[in-house]
Amino acid sequence: MKRFLNTLFVMTQKSYLRKEGETVVVRVDKSTKLRVPLLTLQGIVCFGNVGVSPFFLGSAAQNGVSISFVSNYGKFMARVQGPIAGNVLLRRQQYRKADIEIESAGVTRYLLSGKIANCRTVLQRALRDHADKLQTGRLEKAVDLFGRGLSRIAEETSLENLRGIEGEMGKVYFGVFNELITVQKQDFFFNERSRRPPMDRVNALLSFVYTLLYHDMRSALECVGLDPAVGFLHRDRPGRLSLALDLMEEMRPFFADRLVLSLINLKQITGKQFTFHESGAVMMDEAARKTLLAAYQKRKQDVITHPFVKEDMHIGILFHTQALLMARFIRGDIEAYPPFIWR
Amino acid sequence: MYTEDDLISLSALQHFVFCPRQCALIHVEQMWSENAYTAEGRLMHEKRVHGKGSELRDGVRTVFGMHIRSLLLGVAGIADAVEFHPNGSVFPVEYKRGRPKEKNMDEIQLCAQAICLEEMLHISIPEGALFYGKKKRRKQVSFDNILRGMTEKAASDTIAMLAAGKTPPPVMSTKCGKCSLHDDCKPELFSKRLDVNRYLRKMLVDEKEDA
Repeated sequence: MKRFLNTLFVMTQKSYLRKEGETVVVRVDKSTKLRVPLLTLQGIVCFGNVGVSPFFLGSAAQNGVSISFVSNYGKFMARVQGPIAGNVLLRRQQYRKADIEIESAGVTRYLLSGKIANCRTVLQRALRDHADKLQTGRLEKAVDLFGRGLSRIAEETSLENLRGIEGEMGKVYFGVFNELITVQKQDFFFNERSRRPPMDRVNALLSFVYTLLYHDMRSALECVGLDPAVGFLHRDRPGRLSLALDLMEEMRPFFADRLVLSLINLKQITGKQFTFHESGAVMMDEAARKTLLAAYQKRKQDVITHPFVKEDMHIGILFHTQALLMARFIRGDIEAYPPFIWR
Repeated sequence: MYTEDDLISLSALQHFVFCPRQCALIHVEQMWSENAYTAEGRLMHEKRVHGKGSELRDGVRTVFGMHIRSLLLGVAGIADAVEFHPNGSVFPVEYKRGRPKEKNMDEIQLCAQAICLEEMLHISIPEGALFYGKKKRRKQVSFDNILRGMTEKAASDTIAMLAAGKTPPPVMSTKCGKCSLHDDCKPELFSKRLDVNRYLRKMLVDEKEDA
């Protein structure tokens, strides 16, 4: 029963996770800091030096609770897999579909439609809510370009061309992203996306949130039995979970980007909370990471009405719902993948 | 006659009788979700099965957690409790939370256990009992030809469904409310005719165009 599934983020260094009955206990310095029923968890992310009992690993795996180990900055290190790795019948069908270009292109059309539609809504909302603070002309032009992009996507059958359209749309979106930052503009400005490493504060924030989203999408996919490594839009690359990236696309504008923008615009994160390295790389300090994590968790508790499933659900369940819809599409219960479109 | 590789679990049989789709979601799609009911049931079962091996009371020896199987029926599993009486009779017993269920679910599970025991012990078992709830309300179960026939059909239907590897579509009923796989099954959604393309067309219409 998945009424709401939490992800437990463990950041306290030298904590130790242990199983006690049906709960997971976080111990620091031999005292119990937190006790959470395993049934309420979808995943656990351990940052840095966090230990886990092997018996607990087994129990978590059996209960479908995914465990990841990341560095203090959120860089992925390792994950734990239980004895049953997904639904083998479903995965066969997934691999077969991904092998056929025309089928991959088909799924990609739906994934990209979701992403571009949600990018468009982000701009439309900004125009609606903050017109006085923005350069409306540039945003309106972008909205129009997204509309045309959506029409082109609907007709396109070549995977390469679809990726081309996605690239163009990405440039349009990130070309006006800076307009959406209305406060603290000396410290927070955006020119272009830089990930390896992030070269400014906004990119540092985006990268961190995308890492959290990536983990949540991975958990959701594993939960429904799919292989997160084999995608349709994103092709195979060792070490990269392509399907997790695929399913993240529609969530980036609606969830991740808006979270970062609100943290900046509401001054919940300030320019001082970052470290600049000699190379130009920018990293968030611990206070900023904690603030962002807490805001991420809180935002996942927001309730939305899913326009396809026609149910109210927490955003935390939305990720799982999309993974489930992808699985059901691959199994043949629905004729296409319905992306989550935010309006 | 089935081989050991082909045997399905007794719990799969029980799930199938409750709802074939639930059985497929668990055993074909490998999904499992707990809710309060299933967690309670599992803990009750684990306590009994992993606790004492057997007990002796009034001359009756009750063995807990016996591994049993029937190659004829095609099932294997664990019996909650089996009573061995001084007169030589063997009596399978199941403890259940809650109340008796519809469609003879529990009776079929018990009968399947009896068929396994008959095969393994080379004896005849005419009856068993189900105990419900905390008060252990006893319900006598007679393994007559009708129940045996139902059990054999349920077992072969389950085996066929699992072998085909297909999950049947949902049929909404009052049972759905208590099913722990409700959110994975989504019967309300998947029992309808779904049109993704229409959904997309509707959602992608630019809001401005509506004005």
